[in-house]
Amino acid sequence: MSDYITMIIDDREVKARRGEKLLWVALDNDIYIPHLCAIKEEKRPNASCRLCFVEIEGHNQPVTACTREVEEGMVVATRSSRVDRLVKTGFELLLSDHNLKCRECPANKNCSLQVIAKKRGLKLKHHRFNPLKREFKLDDSPAEFAFDRSRCVLCGQCTWADRFEAEVGAIGFTNRGIDRVVTTFNDLPLADSICTECKLCVDACPVGALYYKKDQNA
Amino acid sequence: MQLLKGEKEEILACVKEVLGENSKTHENLIPILQQVQKKLGYLPALAMDKIAEGLKVPAVDIFSLVTFYNQFRLNPPGKHEIKVCMGTACYMTGGDITLESFERRMGINEGETSLDRHYSLDRVACVGCCTLAPVAVIDDEVEGKVTPTRVDGIMLALEEDREDNAIEKSGPKVGAEDE
Repeated sequence: MSDYITMIIDDREVKARRGEKLLWVALDNDIYIPHLCAIKEEKRPNASCRLCFVEIEGHNQPVTACTREVEEGMVVATRSSRVDRLVKTGFELLLSDHNLKCRECPANKNCSLQVIAKKRGLKLKHHRFNPLKREFKLDDSPAEFAFDRSRCVLCGQCTWADRFEAEVGAIGFTNRGIDRVVTTFNDLPLADSICTECKLCVDACPVGALYYKKDQNA
Repeated sequence: MQLLKGEKEEILACVKEVLGENSKTHENLIPILQQVQKKLGYLPALAMDKIAEGLKVPAVDIFSLVTFYNQFRLNPPGKHEIKVCMGTACYMTGGDITLESFERRMGINEGETSLDRHYSLDRVACVGCCTLAPVAVIDDEVEGKVTPTRVDGIMLALEEDREDNAIEKSGPKVGAEDE
């Protein structure tokens, strides 16, 4: 058995290492699949953002690309009417709990949600789902960065960076369902927690939830 | 929530005891939390912190788990425990309005305890007497058809009890042992 396999993504023949996840194979070959929560090093991906759906020949339902290992002779289509519908709904649900004041956001023009919207022709607007009314207090206690939970998409990139890159364990998910939020032990401000302010979480944030204060547009 | 005098020692002793009885593995986390809650009535931040230390996991992981499950409470049970039913029948007949009235009158949110620990407010799924909806349970006694006016009546009784208590012991005995 060789270490490499060949497969087809969007009518293109692609070589990939055996055991790799489909999402990363596609991205390495410049084939775009929307994603927020995917982490390459993660053994068992959460698949919680529900955006990386693709069609695989032989499967009667779209599957998440981040959890699927590539196989020899696999035939994949990244777009179909069913995939687009799932991604659109998932995206709109994410937006229903997202602060859409992009012009005030430090991640404006450098935001994963904007990329997804552009690539898939989706609108950054509340349309089908009424926005959730959650109130958050801005946590600007750290010296160089701040955390605005109204922009958080709960992807888990920051908690991963905190846990496995910085090896600190200051932040995590708490509560359940609609109240779910990323926070510190006992909901303390970041500066009062065990956070070392290494800023790896800020670099990991795909949106403008964790941001450098210097990037803030007043 | 501020800890009362002597409570800190009680918590530390309790956590130490429970950790001693269980092997400190990740699988035992929920049983450990349950045992601590059974002894203390709730899970104070200090206890969560010490359990995290014992199991060598980040404290925020414990906090995450405790806030996920309904069976764990973060605030001490009050002297009077008020539970408002949010089952289907109670919800449809205005259980949320009842809960809101309690929250407003007590000045606390659902799941919290008043600062003097006189009363605590919680929601429950179904008490089993849907014909009386909306239902509230005050110290194991079921109150049916609880309208906001009835909430005022219930609160009046609780406030009277609090005043009687205040005469007995003058001055708050809340110590500044906050961790």
